[in-house]
Amino acid sequence: MDLFEYQGREYFARFELPVPAGNVADNVDDAVRVAEAAGYPVVIKAQVQVGGRGKAGGVKLADNAEEARLHAGNILGMDIKGHVVHRLLIAHAADIAEEYYASFTLDRAAKKHLLMLSAQGGVEIEEVAEKDPDAIVKLHIDPTVGITLAEARKACVDAKLNPKAVDQAAVILLQLYRCFTEGDCDLAEINPLVLTPDGTVLALDAKVGLDDNALFRHPEWAPWTETVLRDSRETLAHEKGLQYIGLDGTVGIIANGAGLAMSTLDVVNQVGGSAANFLDIGGGANADVMAGALEVINTDPKVKSIFINIFGGITRGEEVAKGIVEALKRVNLTAPIVIRLDGTNAEEGRAILASSGIPESTLMSRPTMLEAAIAAVAIANK
Amino acid sequence: MAIFVNENTKVLVQGLTGGQGKYHGLRNRAYGTKVVAGVTPGKGGTDVEGIPVYNSVAEAVAATGANASFISVPPKAASAAILEAAAAGVGFVVCITEGIPAQDEARVFNQLQRDFPSTRLLGPNCPGIISPGRCNIGITAGEIALAPMAGKPAVGIVSRSGTLTYQALYELKQLGVGVTTCVGIGGDPVPGTNFVDCLSEFEKDPETKAIIMIGEIGGTGEEEAAEFIKAHVTKPMSAYIAGVTAPAGKKMGHAGAIVSGGKGTAQGKMDALATAGVKIGLNPTEAGALMAEIVKGL
Repeated sequence: MDLFEYQGREYFARFELPVPAGNVADNVDDAVRVAEAAGYPVVIKAQVQVGGRGKAGGVKLADNAEEARLHAGNILGMDIKGHVVHRLLIAHAADIAEEYYASFTLDRAAKKHLLMLSAQGGVEIEEVAEKDPDAIVKLHIDPTVGITLAEARKACVDAKLNPKAVDQAAVILLQLYRCFTEGDCDLAEINPLVLTPDGTVLALDAKVGLDDNALFRHPEWAPWTETVLRDSRETLAHEKGLQYIGLDGTVGIIANGAGLAMSTLDVVNQVGGSAANFLDIGGGANADVMAGALEVINTDPKVKSIFINIFGGITRGEEVAKGIVEALKRVNLTAPIVIRLDGTNAEEGRAILASSGIPESTLMSRPTMLEAAIAAVAIANK
Repeated sequence: MAIFVNENTKVLVQGLTGGQGKYHGLRNRAYGTKVVAGVTPGKGGTDVEGIPVYNSVAEAVAATGANASFISVPPKAASAAILEAAAAGVGFVVCITEGIPAQDEARVFNQLQRDFPSTRLLGPNCPGIISPGRCNIGITAGEIALAPMAGKPAVGIVSRSGTLTYQALYELKQLGVGVTTCVGIGGDPVPGTNFVDCLSEFEKDPETKAIIMIGEIGGTGEEEAAEFIKAHVTKPMSAYIAGVTAPAGKKMGHAGAIVSGGKGTAQGKMDALATAGVKIGLNPTEAGALMAEIVKGL
């Protein structure tokens, strides 16, 4: 779960990271009130989960109420790369002497935590990594040991942060590391981390990705799970407990297992089609699950055919077949189904489908993944 | 021969009295695996269809000589269960639990490496391991796997995805190719056992004549495998990588399967493996067919 900046700021504040005074607003009047409270000058920032909002005009400075009103009005409702702005973060605009970059992530290859720190902040870190890789200090941290103040301080010195910033930045790194570990983040990033002319170090931005697997021990995340960006079908699928990702194609996909679902998208693509979605129904493919999956796909007007790809390991073929027959009684489908049923008890399953009385124009069976993909794509491309 | 397990492997099941643990533990026993004990704190002294249950892994090991563990417990309890097995001296731990927080996984991995270097963890979030005809630990349906046959070369399978592991086993069975061991390493960000660990063992195993590898988007495991293959693997290989059409920034079901910052793409992984001499199938069926061809030529 990726947090909006304003949520990331709240999370940072829980771990005592210093952030400038500010708050959110969803309309112009509130924006002005928040600006007054934060103290001018303020920065007004569009809350969208997409990069490049500054260039798109989604970040503006305001020196007084009039300007705050003007900019808030312009930014609210703005479309930034397909993301419409519904909320603003308004914070006191700190004077900036220097901008740094700091983040903690998990380095999957090294299986250690990774601190990245650079004196070149305020720009995309990927850009820095390309142009001047030596400007990024990388420190691997053993997750069973953690990072000490001395190590954090040394990283700050190595990254050539201003000597005036080093002591504060080192403490901030420890706080950010606590946020990353105890806070169960995939990513905890500050860009920019700034040094003000009066010598204060502040986190001006907050980019936080939370590990969904840790939700069970973070009741405080609950309000944020409701603001996760999903399209209407993703929301419906989420309510039904299905793993669904909307795509742009015309072949609806249902498969058991994430790997097989991914593979199904690939095969559809290989034979000249395009998938409308990724949908993993997981292990037990009973009628309820199948009906739910078909319902979700049925709400997608782009879908011209549905490819159900089931490989029975633990899941048994006859149960899947019964599930589909049952589901078809409940859901009035607009697109025909092509099914490939293979693995454990597949023969029995196919026999159930064949004798179900469902016409071939609604449900056709193909013996392999490839043949089924070809059939589904042929219908979709007609 | 098989890797990591064999017909003498004695398995204890942590969570045998739970729904999943019981179902799969009993299936594993029915397959012929030596399932010698169960462990559930507070339920010591009872049994599950004749399999004695102990309060701790240490007790179970002392009483039965178990040398492998199958962990089927909820995410909250999984880290402690893994470490308990390691502390009791269990050498091979298979954890199928899905949904363990990545921070816990990273800590457990590093703690195992430091404090219990002789324990190998397979998983978490993996289907387990099967050596057809000899040992099955985990959730793989035994009947879709073909055991090696006398006079015919057999192959090893290593895979990140569950269903695609089954798919690979099944493709090979259809083609009449026997399997020495099939290892599902799991789709999480920090797997206890990775591709390289398995390739290294397969390379050493005289019965394994060729290797099929099933990868997916995300991380750098396949790229590291390609480097290792170039330098150390002499046996012929075929591979399939899932997720060519996966959009960037979306987790495709598995916590570890995500293309981010232009890294971890299927194309990049296929290119790396092809450069290492691995034959690449564009779908699981093709990878299976390529392997059948390889085996025919041996």
